[in-house]
Amino acid sequence: MSTAAKQAERLAIKKTYKLYIGGKFPRSESGRSYKVTDSKGRFLANAAWASRKDARDAVGAARKALPGWSGATAYNRGQVLYRVAEIMEGRRSQFIDEVVAGEGISRTRAEKSVDEAIDRWVWYAGWSDKIAQVAGSTNPVAGPYFDFSIPEPTGVVAALAPQNSSLLGLVSVLAPAVIGGNTAVVTASYERPLPAITLSEVLATSDVPGGVVNILTGRVGDTAPTLASHMDVNAIDLAGAAGDDEHATELELAAAENLKRVIRAPSTEPDWTKAPGIGRITAYLETKTVWHPVGV
Amino acid sequence: MAKFEYAPAPESRAIVDIASSYGLFINGEFVDSIDGTAFKTVNPATEEVLADVTQAGPQDVDAAVAAARRAYETTWSTMSGKDRGKYLFRIARIIQERSRELAVLESIDNGKPIRESRDVDVPLVAAHFFYNAGWADKLDYAGFGVNPQPHGVAGQVIPWNFPLLMLAWKIAPALATGNTVVLKPAETTPLTALTFAEICQQADLPPGVVNIITGAGETGRTLVEHPDVGKVAFTGSTEVGKAIARSVAGTTKKATLELGGKAANVVFDDAPIDQAIEGIVNGIFFNQGHVCCAGSRLLVQESVYDEVLGSLKRRLGTLRVGEPLDKNTDIGAINSAEQLARIRELSEVGEAEGAERWSPPCELPERGYWYPPTVFTGVSQAHRIAREEIFGPVLSVLTFRTPEEAVEKANNTPYGLSAGVWTEKGSRILWMSQKLRAGVVWANTFNRFDPTSPFGGYKESGYGREGGRHGLEGYLK
Repeated sequence: MSTAAKQAERLAIKKTYKLYIGGKFPRSESGRSYKVTDSKGRFLANAAWASRKDARDAVGAARKALPGWSGATAYNRGQVLYRVAEIMEGRRSQFIDEVVAGEGISRTRAEKSVDEAIDRWVWYAGWSDKIAQVAGSTNPVAGPYFDFSIPEPTGVVAALAPQNSSLLGLVSVLAPAVIGGNTAVVTASYERPLPAITLSEVLATSDVPGGVVNILTGRVGDTAPTLASHMDVNAIDLAGAAGDDEHATELELAAAENLKRVIRAPSTEPDWTKAPGIGRITAYLETKTVWHPVGV
Repeated sequence: MAKFEYAPAPESRAIVDIASSYGLFINGEFVDSIDGTAFKTVNPATEEVLADVTQAGPQDVDAAVAAARRAYETTWSTMSGKDRGKYLFRIARIIQERSRELAVLESIDNGKPIRESRDVDVPLVAAHFFYNAGWADKLDYAGFGVNPQPHGVAGQVIPWNFPLLMLAWKIAPALATGNTVVLKPAETTPLTALTFAEICQQADLPPGVVNIITGAGETGRTLVEHPDVGKVAFTGSTEVGKAIARSVAGTTKKATLELGGKAANVVFDDAPIDQAIEGIVNGIFFNQGHVCCAGSRLLVQESVYDEVLGSLKRRLGTLRVGEPLDKNTDIGAINSAEQLARIRELSEVGEAEGAERWSPPCELPERGYWYPPTVFTGVSQAHRIAREEIFGPVLSVLTFRTPEEAVEKANNTPYGLSAGVWTEKGSRILWMSQKLRAGVVWANTFNRFDPTSPFGGYKESGYGREGGRHGLEGYLK
């Protein structure tokens, strides 16, 4: 038998797709998984079906990681997040395969989408030590006081990643949350979760501290209400509920209980290739104003 | 320290002309209500009825929103920023011209000392209009993209603690950014807002750009829930703020909420104690403690506890409580019987839960709503007086040993509106400023406000900022 034929017969090692919570890869505590197929309905993998308990665990991990991440220097956060893009680049072909399979788009379009996702991550990473200069101010008050306003992270952000754009959409909701010093819990696209899980492997092998990003797969309808009503979550992005107005409204109602900062769901999933602007960054930032008297 | 005896120095109320009854200000004129009722507004210092005021009904709200919509479509949204600004400058100037009248009227309807309405409230009102007027033709440079757009009709609901100042915080940025306004003043303090309506007439502001509808909570709810309102701005309780957050769910309305607080005022052992005492007094007794950002929790480092408490009690012994229109008065009347009942109730709970209550000897007038400056010591974090907003002249004192403990206690609240820190050490001031989870941190000062300075809360103290460049954001898209 030729070497080539021998290689063709080699049985591939298949990956077990799990959740990403607190820097670890647990299965769902519920023991459940669900079948992920490609756009033509062919079996791809079994992904973890996260429960409400998994969502609460993820919030706990995000809260625990918050002091360290929000207390890091902006320069350090920028460097750590830039390194994520470096490692994404190394996984480029894997991301492309997963995007082609999940989204059913051509390889050329998938390449463009993955490249855009990596470039967007770099774009956001660069904002880390600049956003305070753009969003902050000194305030010329009418009195002998020095008065300045600075942006600070709001805390733990829950983000429902878009359902269709499985990597670019995910990056577009996750990166703006963490560059400002927030920690995040993300629910991945239900039907197209594989790029999200691969991204969690990227995060785990970069220098992002465990718990800064937590990724849940499974039915968004199972975990989103827990995240929306959780009293230890400070903000929520409902992007992944686009097109389901009733569900989005229920989540916004639940979020009102502790006055979460809410990014509402659009009526349909937007074109994520468009320039994002800084609205998603500032949506997760609080403005703190400090006064001190001036005198001798 | 003995209290000096001063002869009464009353500010004349002759400058104020209060009508016996008021309609609603819709489309540039005072009109009778379509489906409302009437209620009375009283002087809280005397319980004297000042005027009959309209409780606007749903049809009134409808008419006001329709007028605001028409004004938005036909004049205000097509007018140049330059001209919008000119109207706001006019309003600022008329407020300055009529400042004494407004201050006296505010003190009569609200109960706050004339010294505060004259020296703080009204000058800030004019300053807010003046500041925002200048933004009207510079919005492209405000950092919210080129050619940012208004939301349309802004529905605004304001509280009774700074009636005219809260009106200015709401109306000035709304108009500068090209929105039109329907504003509902608080039930107990409608009179300066109605005088402001007259100022809009004197400024020749196009009809419908500002509409003032009076009433209680139900009127406010109808306004906020009106489908043709594009922007909701509210200052008031966290409970109502949450109801508003629910009411806008599933809509495209933009909401900004400035809600309750339970601010910590942290005094370190190296603080300039005399200055800190003045800051503590200003922090909790300014405006009878009817201040959402009041420094209602005093956190004192254990080593200076006795010194601080002693000085504080001596200082409180010199405060003059009484007639709001007397220029020597430090603490005026509680705004309403309802609020007085709440302050009394929470104070009683404080005692029942084991805290020790102290007030300086002070004679209160027989008529009207009054409460003496009150200090609770021996307060634990679990006590209701340490957790709930009292919104009155009641201070809870707690202690701490280390800066870390101070931060933990200060942040141990669902609120996050303001905080204070007193220390001579610069690095500690900046460290505390970073750690305190609050929208405003006053270091070696307290309760300072300025139209250029963003104000607003973290956590359940609400979202959005008022004042400064940041204050424009909630009115633009």
